[in-house]
Amino acid sequence: MSAPAAVTRPAAAQTHQIDILLAAGRSRRRAGALAASATFGRRAMLKIKHDPKQLVDSVAIPILFTVLFTYLFGGAISGSPGDYLKFLLPGVLTMSIAIVTMYGGARLAQDVTTGAFDRFRALSVWRGAFVLGGLLSDAARYLFASAIVVALGLIMGYRPDGGAPGVLAAVALVVAFGLSLSLLWAAVALLVRDPAVVISIANVVLMPLSFASNIFAQPGTMPGWLQAFVAVNPLSHVATAARGLMSNAGGTGGSVAWSLIATAVITAVCAPLTLRLYSRRG
Amino acid sequence: MSKKSKAGDHPAIEAHDLVKVYGENRALDGIDLTVRRGQVFGFLGPNGAGKTTTIRILATLTRPDSGTARVLGHDVISERDAIRARVAVTGQFAALDEDLTGYENLIILGRLNGLSGAAGKQRADDLLAAFELTGAAGRPVGGYSGGMRRRLDIAASLIVTPDLLFLDEPTTGLDPRSRSQVWELVRQIATAGTTVLLTTQYLEEADQLAEQIAVIDHGRIVAEGTSAQLKSRVGSGTLHVRLLDGDQRPRAQQVLAGALEGTVHLAADPLALSMLVATPADGTDVGRMVGRAMIQLAEARVGVAEVALGQPSLDEAFLALTGHTAGPTAIDHQDVSA
Ligand SMILES: Nc1ncnc2c1ncn2[C@@H]1O[C@H](COP(=O)(O)OP(=O)(O)O)[C@@H](O)[C@H]1O
Ligand SMILES: [Mg+2]
Repeated sequence: MSAPAAVTRPAAAQTHQIDILLAAGRSRRRAGALAASATFGRRAMLKIKHDPKQLVDSVAIPILFTVLFTYLFGGAISGSPGDYLKFLLPGVLTMSIAIVTMYGGARLAQDVTTGAFDRFRALSVWRGAFVLGGLLSDAARYLFASAIVVALGLIMGYRPDGGAPGVLAAVALVVAFGLSLSLLWAAVALLVRDPAVVISIANVVLMPLSFASNIFAQPGTMPGWLQAFVAVNPLSHVATAARGLMSNAGGTGGSVAWSLIATAVITAVCAPLTLRLYSRRG
Repeated sequence: MSKKSKAGDHPAIEAHDLVKVYGENRALDGIDLTVRRGQVFGFLGPNGAGKTTTIRILATLTRPDSGTARVLGHDVISERDAIRARVAVTGQFAALDEDLTGYENLIILGRLNGLSGAAGKQRADDLLAAFELTGAAGRPVGGYSGGMRRRLDIAASLIVTPDLLFLDEPTTGLDPRSRSQVWELVRQIATAGTTVLLTTQYLEEADQLAEQIAVIDHGRIVAEGTSAQLKSRVGSGTLHVRLLDGDQRPRAQQVLAGALEGTVHLAADPLALSMLVATPADGTDVGRMVGRAMIQLAEARVGVAEVALGQPSLDEAFLALTGHTAGPTAIDHQDVSA
C-alpha cells in the first residue's frame, strides 16, 4: 500500500491497517495439544464468569442432597448427626457429583448446535482438545461441588476420622469417577445434540444407580436380586471407597480398586467414542 | 497476482463432480469448480441451492458422498489438517460465543491458532481497531448488532491470515450501511492477497465483489463466467417506466419494444411498463440505449412520469439463465428434506 501513515481519511487509514494486519498475520504455528485444551477450559470458565447461572446445578444439587438426605435418612439411623454423617456423607458426595455430571453433557449438547462449535471443529488443533478442555472445567465444577458437600457436612457436625488427607483422597476418587461419566454424557450429547434428551438419558441411567446402591442403606435388608445389583453397581463401590477413605477404615483397598477400574473402563470406552463423534463429518 | 508464483501451480480450489445427498434430496448434484489463487470468486444462488453444503465440504466439515476436491493443493478427505491450517470459514450464521466479549472471542481463537499470550492480545487489539469494534470489545457478543457481529466474525477468521477465506452469505440480513462496510472489508482482504470464495443470494453483491461468478441452482452449476459475461446473458437490468397517461401505454409499449429489442411487460399498475434490457453486443453502453429509447418516447409524444433502470433481480437472472424462477422450487426442495 502506498498510502502514507499520516493519511487521516478513516477509510484509507482502515485499508492501510487491514493490509498491514493481514501481512503480519501470515506466520502460523500450530497450538500444542495442552495449550489448546487449556484454552478450551478457559473458554468454559469465561462462560461461567459472564453467566454465573451456569453454576446453579453445581451449587444447588450438593446443598439440596446434603441437607435433604441427612435429615431424611439420618433419623432412621441411630446416633448423633456426627455418627450417621460418617455413613451418609461420603455417599451423598458420590451421588451429588454423579448427578452434577449430566448437566455438563447438557451444556455440551447446547454448545454443538452453535456456529462456534463448527469454527472450533475446523481448527487444525488436536481434536481431543475441545473434549479435554471441557473435562478440565468439569473437574473444577466437581471440586467446587465437593467442597460444598464437605463444608456443609462439617457445619452439621461431621468429623471425618481420615482427616484432611482422607477427605482429599475420597474427593479425588469421586471426581475422577465423575469425569469418566462426563465423557459418557459427552458421547451422548454429540450423538443426540439435544440438551433435554441428554438429561433424560442420564437420569434413566443415574437414578437407579443412585438409589439401588449402598449410599442410603446397607444392602443386608434388600431382596437378593437387588443385593446382586448393588454389588456390581459402580456407584456402590465409589461410595464404599469414599466412606473408607474419609473414615480411615481399613480394608477399603478392594472398593478403591473397583472404583478405579470402573473409572478406567468407562473412560477407555467413551474417550475414543467421544473423539470420533466430535470429529465426525456429516 | 504476485502470490501466484510463490504459492505453486495449484488453483486455490479444484472440485470435481461433488455430490452430497441428504435422504431423497440431492443437495449437491455434481459440482465442478475451479477457483484461481488471489481471486474473489462469487457463488450465487437462491436459498437451498447448495452453497453452504459446498463450503462445508471444501472446509473439511462435511464429507462428500462422491466426487473429489482439492483445496490449496490438498485433498479434502485425506489431508484435512493441511487444509484447516490454511483456510478460514465465516459461516452463514455467526460462529461466535455469545456469552463472551468480542475481545475474549478473539483471544481464545488466537490461542487456538498458536498465538502466544502477548501476540494474541496485540492481534485482538489490532483487529478490533481495524474493524471499528474497539468500543464494543468489552461487551458480550450477544448484545451486538448484526453488522458488528458480522465484522467480528470476519475478524475472527483473520486471527491468522488465511490463504483462502470462505464467506458464506456475509451480508444476508444486514442493513445497507453494514453491507457496504462488509463489501469494503472483502475488497481489502482480497487486495492483501487472500483468495475469497463468497456465497450470496444477491446478483449485485457478486457483481460488486467477484471477478468470477458461478450460479448454482438445485445443487448444479447452471452458469459461470465473469460478471460481464453473465450480464450479457442475463441482461443489464430492468427498465421501469411510468407514464403520465394510461391511454398512451400501448403506444409506449410499441416504441420501447422497437427501441430496445425485447418484450415489454405490462404491470398491474395501468401507468407502468417494464422490460429486461439486453446488454448491447457492440459495446454501446446501456445508458445511451435507454437514453435513445426515451428520446423516441418523447418524439412519439408519450408523457413519462418516472424512469428507473435497476439491476436484474436474482429471480430475473435465474429466469434468463435457467428458464425458471429460483424461489418456489427451492422451497419445495427443502420441504422434501425436512
Ligand atoms: N444437514 C443436512 N441435513 C439434511 N438436509 C440438508 C442438510 N444440510 C443441507 N441440507 C439440504 O441441502 C440443500 C442445500 O442446502 P444448503 O447447502 O444449505 O443451501 P444454501 O446454502 O445454498 O442455502 C437444501 O435443500 C437443504 O435443505
Ligand atoms: Mg446457506
